[in-house]
Amino acid sequence: MSSNITIVVALAVSSILLTIISAPAGEIVNIYSYRQPDLIKPVLDEFTRQSGIETRVQFLKKGLAEKLEAEGINSPADVILTSDIGRLVAISAKGVNQALSSSIINVNIPEQYRDPDGHWFGLTTRGRIVFASKGRVSQDEITYEELADPKWRGKICTRSGQHAYNIALFASMIAHHGLQYTEQWLAGVKQNLARKPEGNDRAQAKSIFAGECDIGLGNNYYVGLMMTNDAKPEQKQWAASIKVLFPNSKGRGTHVNVSGMALAKHAPHRDAAVKLMEFLSSGTAQEIFAGQVFEYPVKPGAKLSEIVAGFGEMKPDPLPLDAIAKFRKQASRMVDRVGYDNGPES
Amino acid sequence: MNSSLQLNVTAGLVTIVLLLPVIALIVIAFSGDLESFRHLGSAVLPRVSLTTLLLLAGVGMFVAACGTMAAWFVSFNEFPGRRIFEWALMLPLAVPTYISAYTFVEFFSFTGPPQTLVRHLGGFQSARDYWFPEIRSLSGTILVMGIVLYPYVYLSVRTLFHFQGNSIIDSARMLGANRWRLLMRIVIPMARPAIILGVALALMETLNDIGAVEHMGTQTLTFSIFSVWLNQNDLAGAAQIALFLLAIVVGLLLLERASRGGRRFHEFRTSQRNGRVERTRLGGMPAAGAFIACALPIFVGFGIPVLVLGDYSLSLYPNSFSGDLLEALGSSLLFASTAAILAVVVGLFLAYALRCNSGRIMGALVRAAASGYAIPGTLIALGIFLPLAMFDNFVDGIFRATLGVSTGLLITGSGAAIIYAYLVRFMAMAEGTLDGGLRKISPNIDMAARSLGYNSRLTLRKVLLPVMRPAMVSAALLVFVEGIKELSATIMLRPFGVNTLATHVYDFASRSRMEEAATGCLLIIVAGMIPVAILLKAGVARD
Repeated sequence: MSSNITIVVALAVSSILLTIISAPAGEIVNIYSYRQPDLIKPVLDEFTRQSGIETRVQFLKKGLAEKLEAEGINSPADVILTSDIGRLVAISAKGVNQALSSSIINVNIPEQYRDPDGHWFGLTTRGRIVFASKGRVSQDEITYEELADPKWRGKICTRSGQHAYNIALFASMIAHHGLQYTEQWLAGVKQNLARKPEGNDRAQAKSIFAGECDIGLGNNYYVGLMMTNDAKPEQKQWAASIKVLFPNSKGRGTHVNVSGMALAKHAPHRDAAVKLMEFLSSGTAQEIFAGQVFEYPVKPGAKLSEIVAGFGEMKPDPLPLDAIAKFRKQASRMVDRVGYDNGPES
Repeated sequence: MNSSLQLNVTAGLVTIVLLLPVIALIVIAFSGDLESFRHLGSAVLPRVSLTTLLLLAGVGMFVAACGTMAAWFVSFNEFPGRRIFEWALMLPLAVPTYISAYTFVEFFSFTGPPQTLVRHLGGFQSARDYWFPEIRSLSGTILVMGIVLYPYVYLSVRTLFHFQGNSIIDSARMLGANRWRLLMRIVIPMARPAIILGVALALMETLNDIGAVEHMGTQTLTFSIFSVWLNQNDLAGAAQIALFLLAIVVGLLLLERASRGGRRFHEFRTSQRNGRVERTRLGGMPAAGAFIACALPIFVGFGIPVLVLGDYSLSLYPNSFSGDLLEALGSSLLFASTAAILAVVVGLFLAYALRCNSGRIMGALVRAAASGYAIPGTLIALGIFLPLAMFDNFVDGIFRATLGVSTGLLITGSGAAIIYAYLVRFMAMAEGTLDGGLRKISPNIDMAARSLGYNSRLTLRKVLLPVMRPAMVSAALLVFVEGIKELSATIMLRPFGVNTLATHVYDFASRSRMEEAATGCLLIIVAGMIPVAILLKAGVARD
């Protein structure tokens, strides 16, 4: 037994050492990210190349805000990156970030895409667009409202109604039309579903390719990512089977969400963190986001990727982002009440 | 202090440490109002609870049937391939449920091999032209989970069959029972405790899974916990549902105990093991049936995931392997093996405490200590993280105030929190296996040792431990395999800059870039296969 205990102690100590050893030397920024590491890698690599500052990313989708709050003054986090307005607002509500006033950032990012007090900043926008079958859908315009029209019965595919991207869209519907209308609308969309909501946004394109449905909801950049996916060329076929429709382009515009950033409240490397945030708002970084991830840069004048430009111009819905964040909880409960994720009822 | 009091006090302390995350969750649950619970109660809980129960029933029946049948075939029958099946039947255990979900959806989807074949044969173009079973359905989820969880039942039932020898079976045969009667009347009732242990482990894994059900679109209670927490910003509400989930598990366990009544299962004395198992030689159709019954679960639960992943991994060759992956493998091995050894030490202690003191309080304590298994890993992680971070900051505050130095995040900033989480999550597994091992040893042996002057500690060390080695090896390896696969707690508790194989895979898989995740998935499976092989080798050699 005693030799066992020695082994245990040795292993426990070595596991602690492992974590101490792994801390690199030199200037560094620690990033807590809701965004997948490979999406932000190109732009972080460029930052390191230009500034000599290393970056470390911890990817966490669930519990990031709670973790920051509990770590408190000893948190290693410098910068927080998110893929949705809801998370930016939730972080700010928890008070785990700090306000930043940087003239560089404030010039680069238009007012509508940042918090007036500087608690968070949008970096890119993405439209929640309609993927439509090239062969089976003849119309070239669509509205979100129209998705509840019985003419689409059995023809719509979406991912789970509880996913942050759909919640944000439903919240924008609440902001525009009120609770009652939106609940009826959502029930109508549910009745039009071809199948139970499932998979991610790409899976909706795949379902259209497979003939299971005619239209689907997805973020615009997935089309670009599928079109250029050399690792999995079958996705190019999925993308080729659909056309991009920007909903409500004749009216208020297409619902957009932002990816964004915030400065952690107790950032231990504050100067380096601010440098990173300023870089992320710069033309160089914005064009990397646009060119490699196919998002829309927030910095005016930053170039779009040719693929995204090829979809035609997007008119974004000017609804303030915090209005969307405000109705998230109600949207999520509405999804529960309507039973959206159960799929259509026969 | 006399040794039995010492034992009780220590067991109480260990239990409190293991229960700390659950206590933290209870505190969180009470910090909120019941508003979320009321909303869910009317809109969601009835349906979601039904789905959860159907899923549990389905997976339970699936693993019980598949695991028991496989164990019966390889233990009591001789047919071509039996020796290979004996260990290969464990292989699916190395596949985490989130990976089986990803690969099954891929395999059975429109572009997967079966549907492509159907289209080719039938000359179809669109998915609307023909019918194909939908993998993203409740029955699909049952298959996805059951096919990688049945080895829990197989392992425990097969071990029991081995221990048993076939004296009872020989007697029954001599009395003229045919094979079917033998199976239904003797073998299954005899294997019941082992079946229940295996099913319980499989069901708890099913309950706290989030990766697979999210991908399959199956709305379980765990799924609701996350939408309440993340979309409705209500952690307290989420904790309340988690406790509701825990209550269901406790209810199921109590039900099982009640149905077992006062029966005890240490009647299988170790002396019975010396009889070699005589296997019935099967020929013709029965042999073919046995072959298929064993080959099918291996092919589906292990073959399909490995084929899909191997295909992806090769498509990226020679870029399929990176240095990061090796580092992740190292951390995975370190965390899982440390947790495995600690789990055996602690689990043995709890099982022995229960043996020495079979009173109600001790029984309740030990069962409570193992309850972490029934709560989703992410919430366990929170339950660990919040109090530990508080402790870290408290210590740090003292050091800053008195010595002017910062100790930073001592525990939560190191791998220690991960190991703690694994202990909390997998104690049921270690304790259950060790308890099962101890119960096979007649209490008369303890009494003999005690009457010869050994105290409880010496009895354990000199008398019981040598006999317990197979159970200890099994417990350690089970926890190791689970540790390698564990994702949801690891992802939250890992120190900055440290990846395990599971988190490495998750970074890619969450964006459905399975191609880049594939090599990591294969490494998880391989790392899990080695202990599985040892597990069986050790079992076979010793019995």
